[in-house]
Amino acid sequence: MSALIENVTCKFCGCLCDDITIEVEGDRILKAKKACPNGRSMFLNYDPTSRKPLVDGQIVEWDEAVQATVDILNEADSPLIYGLSSTCTEAQRKAVELADRLGAIIDSTSSVCHFPTSLAVQTVGEATCTLGEVKDRADLLIFWGCNPLVSHIRHFSRYSANAKGMLTPNGREDRTVVVVDVRPTQTAKAADRFLQIAPGTDYEVLTSLRVLIQGKNIEHDVGGLSSEQLQELAHMMKTCRYGVAFFGMGLTMTPGRNYNVTELFTLGAELNLYNRFSVIPMRGHGNVAGADQVLTWLSGYPTAVSFARGYPQYGPGEFTTVDILSRGEADAALIVASDPIAHLPWMAAKNLEHIPTILMAPTTNCSSKVANVLLPTACYGIDTPGTSYRMDNVPLRLRAVFPNTRPTDEEIFSRIIKAVKQC
Amino acid sequence: MEDFFTLITGRTKGQAHGLHIGAGSPAHIEATSFIEICPEDMTRLGIKDGQLVRLRSDAGLVEAPARTGNLASGLVFIPMGPTANTLVGTDTFGIGMPLFKGERVKLERI
Repeated sequence: MSALIENVTCKFCGCLCDDITIEVEGDRILKAKKACPNGRSMFLNYDPTSRKPLVDGQIVEWDEAVQATVDILNEADSPLIYGLSSTCTEAQRKAVELADRLGAIIDSTSSVCHFPTSLAVQTVGEATCTLGEVKDRADLLIFWGCNPLVSHIRHFSRYSANAKGMLTPNGREDRTVVVVDVRPTQTAKAADRFLQIAPGTDYEVLTSLRVLIQGKNIEHDVGGLSSEQLQELAHMMKTCRYGVAFFGMGLTMTPGRNYNVTELFTLGAELNLYNRFSVIPMRGHGNVAGADQVLTWLSGYPTAVSFARGYPQYGPGEFTTVDILSRGEADAALIVASDPIAHLPWMAAKNLEHIPTILMAPTTNCSSKVANVLLPTACYGIDTPGTSYRMDNVPLRLRAVFPNTRPTDEEIFSRIIKAVKQC
Repeated sequence: MEDFFTLITGRTKGQAHGLHIGAGSPAHIEATSFIEICPEDMTRLGIKDGQLVRLRSDAGLVEAPARTGNLASGLVFIPMGPTANTLVGTDTFGIGMPLFKGERVKLERI
């Protein structure tokens, strides 16, 4: 007989939609009502079966797998702990504790998504708000280099373009939506204005908008946009009641990276001279924002942290995973709830084949093939509870829809921490 | 015939669905193993939908079917995944972030 569990939080992306109704029968999820295709796919394809860990391809008991992990980490001079964005905050705290104890390098998947955003925040700060404020107040929404109708599918309906709020009772009719991108995405098709810019010109376009907002004139095209298009956008930004710019990897992964984001944050701050304006990164994985939060609480830095000297050192470009792996500087890796083989440049990721690698994750993935030790832990937000941070840095509690049959990341971290030698 | 393009990688619904079926599964590989090119460039280079093309960067080489995509001329798009990541280099310009959007690639008709 099936049961309905209401108000479940989906942890697929940074939206953390907390209104999902899950229908379960035993340990199987039959339906995930209200979930978007991405969230539904995550819930329905999850296999909660009790599985044993593997060491060098052999099925072993958990004690043996934890000991194999401890042995690898104890042997290593420069271990790397990477991932963290799809585990809960409680496990992330343990990961930092382990890195501190080992003298390891710890880096989250932020380093290949919104780390340029962290660098920009450190440079100029950020004018931000919660998604609740966006829903209730924003009458101008700008989506810059992001495609939420594919990556954050319910963002429009729950928080932004179509959401009905206190000062936006008519939803979409009460808002103007602008998309800036190098290609006409699905989100661009749903916008009131689509401004197609030339690849790699985000910085120039953002600087031009700052110039126009300061009352100066630009009479030539910039980045493929005419001066009239730029002036119209600057006017909209300056005269709206409450503007919010959301941005994605169209800014952080293109030439300019952190400088692009710095310019957007500066533009957002300057607009507060005229009205209320906020800038929010579209965070991808369900708790990648939490990884930044936890690492910052505990080390002072959002990612790319080395504890090798006994205290936290910050090293963008030095302790970031692509750099560490491509230079061959790690002699062991503990991958947590992520898949570097699928998502990092192959020239960097392939080096995981040459060092002892441990994968702690609830499902098998491309990195399973190179891992010497596989730790198939429970999946927080499905069969174990936990805490996760939404893209606006609001923490939400995740529920379990049935009891887990495998240990949690937090439990395994605790056992490893007890057993490894202190650096 | 060969030509230079700027590679953009990004998310798609198929890529996300493939990840949940299983990273590295046939569904995931299929959803991340094609190259979108704009209609004008397809015509100019004499490439048909589904035709195998070769992309080469300083980091690596891939062969995958071409698809007509809604892009500006001079861009090619590949969903995030193993195919795209073969072409993305490891230079992070001192901040840890490789050039996932903006890698220069050479396109060859096979």
